[in-house]
Amino acid sequence: MSIPVVIIDYGVGNLFSLKSSFSAIGQTAVVSQNPEEIRQAERIILPGVGAFEDAAKKLNDSGMAALLDERRKAGIPIMGICLGMQLLFDRSFEYGEHKGLGFIHGDVRPISEIVNPELKIPHMGWNALRKAKNHPLLKYVNEGDCVYFVHSYSAVNCEDAVIADCEYSAPITAAVASGNVMGCQFHPEKSGNIGLSILRAFCEIKGDEL
Amino acid sequence: MITKRIIPCLDVRDGRVVKGVNFEGLRDVSSPVALAEYYSNCGADELVFYDITASAEGRKLFTDILTETASKVFIPLTVGGGINTVNDFDRVLKCGADKVSVNSGAIRNPQLIYDAARIYGNQCVVLSVDIKRVGGEFRVFARGGRDDTGIEAIGWIKRGVDNGAGEIVVNSIDTDGVKKGFDLEMLSAVCKAVNVPVIASGGAGCIQDFIELFNALPGVDAGLAASIFHFGEVKISELKEKMQEAGIPARLV
Repeated sequence: MSIPVVIIDYGVGNLFSLKSSFSAIGQTAVVSQNPEEIRQAERIILPGVGAFEDAAKKLNDSGMAALLDERRKAGIPIMGICLGMQLLFDRSFEYGEHKGLGFIHGDVRPISEIVNPELKIPHMGWNALRKAKNHPLLKYVNEGDCVYFVHSYSAVNCEDAVIADCEYSAPITAAVASGNVMGCQFHPEKSGNIGLSILRAFCEIKGDEL
Repeated sequence: MITKRIIPCLDVRDGRVVKGVNFEGLRDVSSPVALAEYYSNCGADELVFYDITASAEGRKLFTDILTETASKVFIPLTVGGGINTVNDFDRVLKCGADKVSVNSGAIRNPQLIYDAARIYGNQCVVLSVDIKRVGGEFRVFARGGRDDTGIEAIGWIKRGVDNGAGEIVVNSIDTDGVKKGFDLEMLSAVCKAVNVPVIASGGAGCIQDFIELFNALPGVDAGLAASIFHFGEVKISELKEKMQEAGIPARLV
């Protein structure tokens, strides 16, 4: 039996709002750390808040990293959210240098290295999306629609994968995609109707569109 | 660029929204869940739920309401009131809160900010401060603005940020409920002292007060108010349009 959406539970952060936001768009989402359940997922969400190193370690130690790689190769749409998006990249420079999942090429670096030093860190609040590509994940999003960000690190050196960015004295990577792997730096589950429309679009994505 | 946030604050007691004028004479307004959904649809950028319950039953009712709200409203939710321990952070974050605001709890135990920030991250810890002018200095007041702590406010806020507070709510007791505008002098002093988001609270009476706030103090990130929104004196959708007309970055829905 297949499960429409599985939200991966690997011990970081609170998944209540994320699960509720799928209910709000009429989708069944199961929060799980069970490999058998995750193998039944038609789509996978990789959430995450907190520190990169700790989260990457939890993914590796639990065997989740290998399982995600298996599902990725099976063509299952996977979307990382916030730290979950950052984990999709090759490596992060958050307190040292740490390896990510490597599903999308690029690095994660402190926002303070990119933006005007007078700006506040974290980059927190509602910022307007600028589409870099037409991607099915953003099919309901209009140029300039605002979404909610909270982050101190940002994906860089990933120009090919960027499907939307926003402006914070410099371009900040907002959404990425590479094949069936996608990611949002912002929180769609906290971005009102625009955010819900992105989750709906993710649920409507078919393998042959990617 | 990040938009300036407009934040309605819902004071909740025994499952109902109430709002005090100058912290006294509470008036009943509406259902918290219904009001939260309404505000979210009108374009509120964030909601603050403030628990002013004293009893254990009331506290349970509050977390039930929080859970119901977080399952229906998909904008950031900050919770304050009765936050004295890291366990209190855990209790409300599990119900769907995104940020937790500490006030008297941090005055009783300044270590609370540090401990919570290490576990949940600075972005999760909001330091809310009730400030009143006393003898020519800004003074921190505790217990809903009733007790003068003798603590100088700007130094208190700086220490809070050093300990890990990721955002500051400045509530001016001097302007609260007066509806003649935000306390620009007090807010300016706070903005000069810290480089984390600053939320202005206390004194808004009309749309123009928000325009003046954001024009005068670019360092202020958000404006918070309660009764003027609850009683429809300021409509959030109209406020956002006027902000945009005035060249202030605002999120329109």
